[in-house]
Amino acid sequence: MGKTLFDKVWDSHVVHQVENGPQILYIDKHLIHEVTSPQAFNELEERNIPLFRKEQIVATADHNVPTKDQHLPIQDLLSKKQVEMLTENCDKHGVTLYGLGHPYQGIVHVMAPELGITQPGMTMVCGDSHTSTHGAFGTIAFGIGTSQVAQVFASQCLLLSKPKSMRITVNGKLKKGVLPKDVILYIIAQLGTNSGTGYFVEYAGDVFENMTMEGRMTVCNMSIEMGARGGMIAPDETTFNYVKGREFAPKGEDFNKKVSYWKTLPTDADATFDKEYTFDAADIAPMVTYGTNPGMGIKITERIPSKDDVSFEKSLEYMGLQKGEKLLGKQINYVFIGSCTNSRIEDFRIAAEYIKGKQKAANVNALIVPGSQQVAQQIKEEGIQAVFEDAGFEMRQSGCSACLGMNEDKIPAGEYCVSTSNRNFEGRQGQGARTILASPLVAAATAIAGKIVDVTEEIKELELV
Amino acid sequence: MEKFTTLTSRAIPLPIENIDTDQIIPARFLKAISKAGFGENLFRDWRYKDGKENADFVLNNTTYQGKILVAGDNFGCGSSREHAAWALTDYGFKVIVSSYFADIFKGNALNNGLLPVQVSPEVLKEMLSVIKANPQTNVIVNLEEQYIAVEGTGIKESFEIDAYKKMCLMNGYDDIDFLVSNKDKIEAFEASRTI
Repeated sequence: MGKTLFDKVWDSHVVHQVENGPQILYIDKHLIHEVTSPQAFNELEERNIPLFRKEQIVATADHNVPTKDQHLPIQDLLSKKQVEMLTENCDKHGVTLYGLGHPYQGIVHVMAPELGITQPGMTMVCGDSHTSTHGAFGTIAFGIGTSQVAQVFASQCLLLSKPKSMRITVNGKLKKGVLPKDVILYIIAQLGTNSGTGYFVEYAGDVFENMTMEGRMTVCNMSIEMGARGGMIAPDETTFNYVKGREFAPKGEDFNKKVSYWKTLPTDADATFDKEYTFDAADIAPMVTYGTNPGMGIKITERIPSKDDVSFEKSLEYMGLQKGEKLLGKQINYVFIGSCTNSRIEDFRIAAEYIKGKQKAANVNALIVPGSQQVAQQIKEEGIQAVFEDAGFEMRQSGCSACLGMNEDKIPAGEYCVSTSNRNFEGRQGQGARTILASPLVAAATAIAGKIVDVTEEIKELELV
Repeated sequence: MEKFTTLTSRAIPLPIENIDTDQIIPARFLKAISKAGFGENLFRDWRYKDGKENADFVLNNTTYQGKILVAGDNFGCGSSREHAAWALTDYGFKVIVSSYFADIFKGNALNNGLLPVQVSPEVLKEMLSVIKANPQTNVIVNLEEQYIAVEGTGIKESFEIDAYKKMCLMNGYDDIDFLVSNKDKIEAFEASRTI
C-alpha cells in the first residue's frame, strides 16, 4: 500500500519504537520564543543536562514585545525581564537568537520560512500551537508544551504516538475576493473546532496547488483551530521556488539534490487516509466569525444560526450578538491586520491594493503589524507603507501584537475587532474584547467602511484577487 | 513528577464546552519565568468580574470542592501554553474529566502529573447531574485499573491511557530521563541519515 506525505516524513524520522508504547521521533528544527522557553531552560539547568543539538535551535522574541519604539528599553518590567531572560539563556547555551532590533526578528512562523529555515520533509516543533504553519512546505510541524521544549533541548527528540491521517480536498476555482483565510475558516466552520483532534491533516486539490506559499501558510496555520496538531501541503514547484535562494536554504548542487528528494514526498496515488473530506471551491465565500471559537463562522452575507445550547448561547452573549442576526452592516471600531496567520507581504499587498486612494472611516482604529522586520522593510520598499499611512492606518513594528494581547496592543472591552488573526476566544485580544476573524481583504474593507461590508461587491473592479 | 495511583475526591462541575487555554490562563499572565503561582489566575476572567469575585462562577461557590474538575466537551483547546496545566495543578486539581480533550493540552497535563480522564458523553452528563444534585458526592479515579466511578451510584466507566504514560504517572517518571537514556540510539540515527 502507498504512503501519504505525512507517513513518508514521519517514518523517516522514527529513531525507535518503544515496546507497547510511543515512538522516539527525531526533530530537525526547534524554534523557540520568550514565553514558553524559560521554564524549559530552568528544567535542564536544574537537572544539569546540556543542550543536545544547539545548532538546530533558532530563537526570536515575538509574543511579548512592544510594537512601538522597539529601539527603547521595554516599559513593562515583567515583559522586559522575560525578553532579557531569552537573551541570557541563548547566550549561555549558544543558541542563535534574532532578538528585538535584529533584521531577522519577527513572529516565529513568519521569520523561519522567509529565512529558508523551514524546508520540505523536515520535522519542526515550537512551543506555540501555530507551528502548524510550516506544514505548508510539506513539513511535519506542530506545537508543543514547555516540558516537550525541554525534552527537545535534552535529546532533539520527542516521545509520540503517530497521529491518524485526514485529507481535506478542495477542488474548483475560488470566487473573486475569496482568500486562503476564507478557505480555512470555511473548512473549520463546516467540520467544527474539534474535528481534527488526534489527526494530522493533508490539504489537497487544485485550490491548494494554485495557492502561493503565503496562502498555504495561512491555511496550515489554522489547522490547530479544528484541533489537528498539524496540516501539510505537498511540496511542488511553488514550494521549491519559494525556498530557493533564501538565507539558510541549501545552495547549488545541494539544493538540486534536496529537490530530487522533496519530489518523492507527495502522497502516493494508492495511499489511504483514516478520514477524508471534499469541498467545492465554488461554495466558498468571504467568511466572518460570530462566536468565541473559530468554528463559529458564516459567509459574510449569512445570518447567525440558531442553536439551543448553553455553550452556544454563552458565546453569543459574550459577543453581544443575537441568533438570526446578520453581521453585514455591523459597525466596527477596531481593525487588526497582523499575526502569524496573515502578516506576510502578500497579505499587505492585497489590503493595500484595496485601500489605495481611500480613507479609513472616522470611527475606526486600524492597526497594521508586519510579521517580521523583513516584511516591514518590504512594505516600505514597495510603497505599501505610504498607502496605509495616507489612508490613516497605524503602522507598527513586528510581533504577535493584538492577536493575543500580551503586550499593550489590546482591544477595549465590549468593542468589536475585525481581525486577521486566528482565535476569537473570549478575552483573546484583551479583556472583554469581541473578535471577528476575517481575511485581510475583509479587514481592509471594514476599516474603510467603518462597518462590515460584502467585499465581493466592493472589489469587482480590482485586478488583484 | 508526583506519582498518581488512585484518588477519591469530591468534584467541581464546569459544564461549558470548548474551554480554551486562554480561559484557563489568559495571555497577560504568561509573563512569568517560573512555573509557580499560576493557580492564582486560573480562570481569571471567569472568576473575577470588575475586580471582584464573580459569585456565579463555580470556583467561587464553596458548595463545590475537590481535586477533580468535571468539564464540558473539548477541554483545553487552543494555545499550547503549558501554563494552563501549571495553573490547574497549582490550584490543586489532580484530575480533569471531560468527554474530549485537545491533543496538546492532554500531553501537557500528563507531563505534569495531571490526569485527563476521557469519559463517554452519557457518563459526563450523568456525573454532572449527580454532582450538582449532591455536591458531597465522591468520585473515584483508579489509574492502575483504569476506571472512574461515582460513589453511591452505579456510574462506573473504564478509561483509556497510553501504557507508557500510565507507567510514567504511576512511578512519577518523566520523558526527559527516558529520552536522555536513549542517546546512543539517537546518535546512531543521526549518523545513519543520508538526506
